[in-house]
Amino acid sequence: MLKVKITFWRVVLAILLITGAYVTLIRFFRGLGASTHLTDAFPWGLWIGFDVMCGVMLAAGGFTLTSAVYLFNLKKFKPIVRPTVLTAFLGYLLVVVALFFDLGRGYRIWHPLVMWNPRSVMFEVAWCVMLYSIVLSLEFAGVIFERFQLHKLLRLQKILLIPLVIAGVMLSTLHQSSLGSLYLIVPNKLHPFWYTPLLPVLFFLSALCVGLAMTIFESSMSAKHFGKQLELPLIQSLGRTLLVMIGIYTVVRFQDLLHRGALSLLSKGSWETGLFEVEVLLTSALPIGLLLVPRVRQSPKGLYLASVLCLLGFVSNRMNVAITGMEAASGQHYFPKWTEIIVTLAIIGVGFFVFAVAVKYLPIFSHEVSFQSAAETEVASAEVPELSHAQP
Amino acid sequence: MSKGILYDATLCIGCKMCEKACAEHHGLPYDDNIAAEQKQSDHKYTVVLSHEDKFMRRLCMNCQDPTCASVCPVGAFRKSTLGPVVYEASRCIGCRYCMMACPFSVPKYEWSKALPLVRKCDMCADRLANGLPTACAEACPTGATKFGDRDDLVAEAKDRIAKGQGQYVNRVYGLEEVGATSVLLLSSIPFETFGYKTDISTEALPLLTYRVLSHIPDVVTIGAVALGGIWWLCNRKEEVAAAEGRPAPSKA
Repeated sequence: MLKVKITFWRVVLAILLITGAYVTLIRFFRGLGASTHLTDAFPWGLWIGFDVMCGVMLAAGGFTLTSAVYLFNLKKFKPIVRPTVLTAFLGYLLVVVALFFDLGRGYRIWHPLVMWNPRSVMFEVAWCVMLYSIVLSLEFAGVIFERFQLHKLLRLQKILLIPLVIAGVMLSTLHQSSLGSLYLIVPNKLHPFWYTPLLPVLFFLSALCVGLAMTIFESSMSAKHFGKQLELPLIQSLGRTLLVMIGIYTVVRFQDLLHRGALSLLSKGSWETGLFEVEVLLTSALPIGLLLVPRVRQSPKGLYLASVLCLLGFVSNRMNVAITGMEAASGQHYFPKWTEIIVTLAIIGVGFFVFAVAVKYLPIFSHEVSFQSAAETEVASAEVPELSHAQP
Repeated sequence: MSKGILYDATLCIGCKMCEKACAEHHGLPYDDNIAAEQKQSDHKYTVVLSHEDKFMRRLCMNCQDPTCASVCPVGAFRKSTLGPVVYEASRCIGCRYCMMACPFSVPKYEWSKALPLVRKCDMCADRLANGLPTACAEACPTGATKFGDRDDLVAEAKDRIAKGQGQYVNRVYGLEEVGATSVLLLSSIPFETFGYKTDISTEALPLLTYRVLSHIPDVVTIGAVALGGIWWLCNRKEEVAAAEGRPAPSKA
């Protein structure tokens, strides 16, 4: 029998899971009307805006880091590949869980496999997300094979790794950008701060930024909570790359606003103007300002802060595209029902929990180190869910 | 021949017979309470809106190049040759992208059901297939809703505006909106009064996403070669170094 120590975050997780189970019953027995604030005028809410749009974006570290290590041969990042791939894999699994809540008929989720409509962006996203989840599971399988000493399978996985990584990068490029393309079809509904023909480009560039920021965030968190040495030179290097990427993103974003004449809307002082300003502050102004200072981009705390701001910024960007930017045209204000929020929080909670369990029982952080010594980081288990307070 | 509906608001008396006939044909409940509802919903595919003494119908516009049909990941919507945009419920996964994307916000959802479906006017596709007019057109006592060949109806609508001595807004709504629609509307007061957007694109919306999607095969093939090349080049340095017995060049 396992002894479970009671900690604050474990209690929070337990409460979330119990209320989450109750909400799940409401959702599946009484429908979307009873479990959400969605309406005919506002058919997509928190579960799409956050769980899917942000979930996929926050899992972008997987393809960013695997391409750096395996394709660009930047071997020094190897120690953080596994936790990043694990995060991405969990991220996609949780996106699929969220989809089961959001889809009116989740049991038909396989329909796009046999009922094709290649003209649909959603069809493409469905295929990419499914294929990429398979790629991630195969990329991650190495950890399982190593843990259970399945040498033959491990060797096979190593042979397949490069094609897998290339496929993963291509699939990610496609669906990260396509999440933006989904909104190309609503020129009359999405506010001009966010509606642009460049949506797919901006979504892809921001996924790269978030992939880097998420890796910094995660390394910092792991250092704090899993008693693991922080790979400072690594995250410093990631920080510099992040500065360049946010720079590119910001230039493209503002060029586009300028060319479309959308900046003149700033003088209107609407609700959207405020949202836009906060978004720009968090995605661009603050992270760039911070990372330009050498003392900040060399210190663990400075890098941590810049990455968190950047993550919050891009989450706000996705929420503005998916939710707040759509409100005015719908003629309706949307705020998620408590049940929607509980499901989202419970899914995040499960994510942290599974990550912690995986770190405890699988060789995630220690490539060369054997399983036993990895398990010795007993501290980890007790502190685990403490991670969740920083989740946006 | 593609069929159409011409609704002329100046002939409408607001009797709502079209609403009733629509409900009956689609097996939906209809009573005074439902008649009083001023919006389309999962149980009301068409609605007669009123503004002072003016009226305006809302129904699915049955676009010529329907946005719903292009966005649906499982191809549940289809533009039939006779004109109606029909929905194949057995395909629907419930992603509601059609509701998001529809420029007229027509598709409605069965929010109160555990296993919901999308609901919308289908221009009585089953009746049309049997050579009958739509239920709403048949029920209309004044001819405000008229069914016929779309080309004829377009000519007639233009003719009515020309002979109307300024009675009409100079616009056949549906002639060019999002390409074109099977349903055509005439009104004597601005269409915006009833929530019809007039700054809407005259280009079919599916092009907006198709332009991007059509690049995918190119992006994938170029990308795969480029990435494979990057891998080869970046790893070669090390292999060469190893072969020459030098230490691997340090990485940035």
